[in-house]
This record gives sequence, structure tokens and C-alpha cells, in this order.
Amino acid sequence: MSEPGVSSTTPLVETRNVSKYFGRVQALHDISMTVHAGEVMCLLGDNGAGKSTLIKIFSGVHPPDEGQLLIDDRPVRLGSPRDALSAGIATVYQDLAMIPLLSVSRNFFLGAEPTKRIGPFRRFDVATADAITREELRKMGIFIRDTGQPVGTLSGGERQSVAIARAVYFGARVLILDEPTAALGVKEAGVVLRYIAQAKARGLGVIFITHNVHHAYPIGDRFTLLNRGRSYGTFAKDAVTREELVSMMAGGEELEALGHELEEIARSDAQIAPAMRQAARDVTAGGERAG
Amino acid sequence: MASPHVAKNADPESEGNRILKSGAIGGLLRRPEMGAAAGAVAPWAYFAIVAGDSGFLSLGGTASYLEVSAQLGILAAAICLLMIGGEFDLSIGSVIGASGMVLALLTVEYGWNIWPAIAVAAIASLGIGFLNGVLVLRTGLPSFIITLATLFIIRGLTIAITRQITGRTQLGGMRDVAGFDLAQRVFAERVTIGSAGFPISIAWWLALTLVATWILLRTAFGNWIFGVGGNAQAARNVGVPVTRVKVLLFMASSLAGCLVAVIQVISSTGADVLRGQQQEFYAIIAVVIGGTLLTGGYGSAIGAALGALIFGMVRQGIVFAGVDADWFQVFLGGMLLIAGLINQFVRSRATESRR
Repeated sequence: MSEPGVSSTTPLVETRNVSKYFGRVQALHDISMTVHAGEVMCLLGDNGAGKSTLIKIFSGVHPPDEGQLLIDDRPVRLGSPRDALSAGIATVYQDLAMIPLLSVSRNFFLGAEPTKRIGPFRRFDVATADAITREELRKMGIFIRDTGQPVGTLSGGERQSVAIARAVYFGARVLILDEPTAALGVKEAGVVLRYIAQAKARGLGVIFITHNVHHAYPIGDRFTLLNRGRSYGTFAKDAVTREELVSMMAGGEELEALGHELEEIARSDAQIAPAMRQAARDVTAGGERAG
Repeated sequence: MASPHVAKNADPESEGNRILKSGAIGGLLRRPEMGAAAGAVAPWAYFAIVAGDSGFLSLGGTASYLEVSAQLGILAAAICLLMIGGEFDLSIGSVIGASGMVLALLTVEYGWNIWPAIAVAAIASLGIGFLNGVLVLRTGLPSFIITLATLFIIRGLTIAITRQITGRTQLGGMRDVAGFDLAQRVFAERVTIGSAGFPISIAWWLALTLVATWILLRTAFGNWIFGVGGNAQAARNVGVPVTRVKVLLFMASSLAGCLVAVIQVISSTGADVLRGQQQEFYAIIAVVIGGTLLTGGYGSAIGAALGALIFGMVRQGIVFAGVDADWFQVFLGGMLLIAGLINQFVRSRATESRR
């Protein structure tokens, strides 16, 4: 497999000809993708393109029905998210990254609490948890007034950033970010993009899932486009423009089909014909301009 | 950084101190039990004024409401953990009836020593809790429905089986059972202070509240309880064993029901198949008055103890005040309503962005 823009190093994780079915629905068809250390691989696609299913294969939620998942060039079978975590693959889900009513440091260490032994008991070492949380967030450039405050009081961008800092601290080598900027304003999204850049600088492989090309393009090194469970291919940044990505995201052929559809309507209904013709021209022209 | 030393002294450290200070005060106000602590003073003051000279303030009066509070508080400590973990247990009242009857049947009817009988009752209650938990997590049905079902099933089984075996629905004569004296010391002793006898169940209540608080705030398991109640999927994603945590919480709440049953059976030297009716609601009310959210993920065992204390004071205070006891339920519902509103407010404060 020759892929554009790939260095000669071994990929951290790779899917090779992966397919996934849910009943009779084919969610993924023959997807091959690699992620290397210190790169941001953007996974682009509209709703229902199969992005979520693909991440779930990387993060151990679903096994692939066909094809292979490889970590460090070795085929693996991940039975659970826990397996993925211990293999160094951490996933930050958009809505499910943090527990709002729980404090920042308790969230940071949830599931991996530092403990101290007192006789036969193990005590949750709250002081250590607070100190490490503060320090790790500071390293990421996040300043939080009080690690005891509930995560719900943080802004959306800060929450995502804390989740990223947590994944980095717990030794993630591959960081999967599921729509981290989706519900955020421009400024907040910028904050998250900065932490993605930091994670990359620390040598992590980042899979950045988004349907927003404008967020992906500045930070991404390579772009894989999904559409209806199929890959449109992987493009290195120097081989593709932002406009081309936008066009492919929208699906150039689909725009054309939509144009024809509008022309049909124009022919059958004289009353709205002028408006439909104009719309059809706009749609196809837009597609061509971008393509 | 040319001079890290200076940089360190200049900004973050001095800043850090100030933050710590405001954080400590803010932290106190943020505690879930704050509402209940304030709320506990109000009924006490009210009944002190209204019923102070008819015995509410006396040691005997105090002992009488603490006894009510203690039995409910034991349940509330366990139910509180379960509710912070995001689940309900409506079957706990029936568990009280069932475990009490198991204890009485094995000892009075079959002549067992009381200690192995207590052990069997405890194991049976743990089994019920396990079943509740596994049913909830396997079926994905709300625990409200599952435990409402087990509430009726267990109560019905208790009545039917007891009548089958003994022909009655009440069993007395515990006093003559082997091992009763020691068991009475442990579960039903009265410590005389002044002229009043304080039941040892108060000590059980306080001890369990402390244990529950310790678990919540100072163990990894406690953090998992908050996690599974706050957002089970998020907790699962970071590796918290959600099923195990919830099943253990169901088992703990059933075991608390069994402990109350043992205390009641030994204090009253008999069992009744109808014991514990409505206790599931009272326990939930105490927990909610104590600041725990019905939706899970937030709450306090100390709050639950305060909720039980308020419950006891109101229940007995009404009697001391000479008000018809029929009014108790009106008070109870009113308090629940107020507590619910306060909780709603606290929750919105805790989740709103502070910038």
C-alpha cells in the first residue's frame, strides 16, 4: 500500500481493509488508514459517514468483521475499551469525556485513582491527585483556579482540554478526539486546536474526527475522507487544498446529482422553474469551483 | 526561562495561596449537605419553642427522636451511596420484613442459635441486592421498575411462606432464643444517660455514616460511585467497572435493610411480615433532604444522616407538640418539596460556568 505523505516509520496504529456490518447494513467498507507518531490524522466525513464506527474499532468498542487492526505493525484484537487504553489508545468523546458534577481532579483520575496504603485499607490520595492535576494542566498551558471545582463550571473547550491532558498523562500514544470542537465557539475551538498541537509536539499520534474542514485543515497533517462507509482516500496536506476537501466532503458527485434533481423539478413545475434552475446552477457551479 | 527561581516566586505560588483560600471557603459552601445542615436547625428550633416544655428538649425526648432517626439513618447511609451511584432501591422495606422473618423463623420456629440465623438473613439480603443489581444492569430497565417489582414479590413471598409454615403473620418469643443476650447487647442495648435510655442503634447509625462518608470521599471506590452516577458511559470509557460498582451498592442497601430488621426484631423480641413498609420512601426522602440528587452523581452521606435526623425530629416533635400525628405526612411531603427545590438550585449553581 503506498500512501501519500507517509514517512517510512512504522505506524502506531493501522486499519487494513477493515469492514464492519450491523445486521445487513454495511457501516464500513474496506477502510485502510494509518496513524504515525507526531502527526495529526484528520478523519473527515458527514454525519453517518462511518467516522464513529471507525473510531470504535480503534478504541476497542467493536471488533472489525473483516480486515485487521494493527498496533506497532502487529495484528491485535481489542476486546474492550480497557484493552485499547492499556495499548496506549485513548479516546476523548465529545459528550462523554467528563462528569460535570465531579471535581476537576476527581475527573482527571477517575478509574485510575492514586492510593495510599493505611493498614489493610487503601485510601484515595486526594492531595496527590490535586497536585498532579494542577501540574499536568499547567504543562498543557491550562490554568484552573481550583481543581476542586466541578467540571461543569469549566467552559466546553477547557473540558476537552482537561480530557486531553488526562489522556496524555496516562501514557496515551494515540489520542482519538471525537468532534472535540463541534459544540464550541471560534475562540474555544482555537483553544482545543492548540492542545492538539501540543499533543502532537509531544510525539503523540492524533486522530482528529470532525466534519469541519476549517478546524481540521490548519492542524492536520493528513486527511482521510469517509463517505457512506467508504474511504475517498487519504491526502497529505501539501497535496490537497481546503476547498478541495470541502468539495469532497460535500460529495462532488452528489452535488451534481442534486443539480440534476433540481433541473427535473424545474421542468415539471413551471411556477417555481426559474428559482429551481438558479439553484441547480449554483449547486453545480459550487461543486466545480471547489473541485 | 533565564531565572526560573524568580518566575516561580513571582507569579504562581503567591497566586496559588490566594486561590487556595477562596477555594476552601467555596468548597464548604459547595458541599451538598449544607442545605440539610441549615434545614436541621429549623425543625429543632420550632419544636423547642412549641414543645420544649412538653418534653421535646428533655433527654428522653432527644432519645426518642434519635431512635427513629437512627433506624432510618442506617438505611439512608446505604441508600445514599446507591442514589449517588444513580440507582433506586424501592425493595428495601420488603427486605426489612423478609430478613426479620427469616431471623425469627430460623430461631423461634426451628430452634437455631441467633447468630447463624443472623448470618443467613444477611446472606439472603445480600442475595436479594445482588439480584436487584444484576436485573437492573442486565435488562437495562430502570431500577425504579425492577425494585418496585421486587418490593411486591419479596413482601408477598414473606407473607405467603410465613403463613404456610406457621399459620400466622407474626412471630414472638425471641427472648428465649439461644444467643439472644449477646445479640441484644450488640443490636438493641440501651445506654442510660441521665434518666433516658439511648439505643445502641444510634452508634450503628453514626458509624455507618462515617464509613459511607469515608468511602465516598477517601477511596477510589467512592470516586467510582460518583462517576457511575454522574455518567455511567463516561465512567466506563475511562475503565470504571460500572456493573460491579452498582451491584455492590444494591447489595449494600439490602444489607442495611437486614441490619435494621435485626435491630427491630431483637428490640421488640418478635417479627412481623409487614415490618418496614414505606421505609423505602422515608429513606429516599431522608437522602434527598440531605442534598443527594435523584439523578445521581452528587450527594453526601452526612447529608443523608442529617435528613434522617430531620425526619426523626419532625416525626416525634409532632407528638410532643400535641399535634395530631396525621399531620406528619403533610410535613414530610412539604419538606421533600422544599428540599427538592433547594437541590435543583444547588445543581444549577454547581454546573453553571463561573466566568
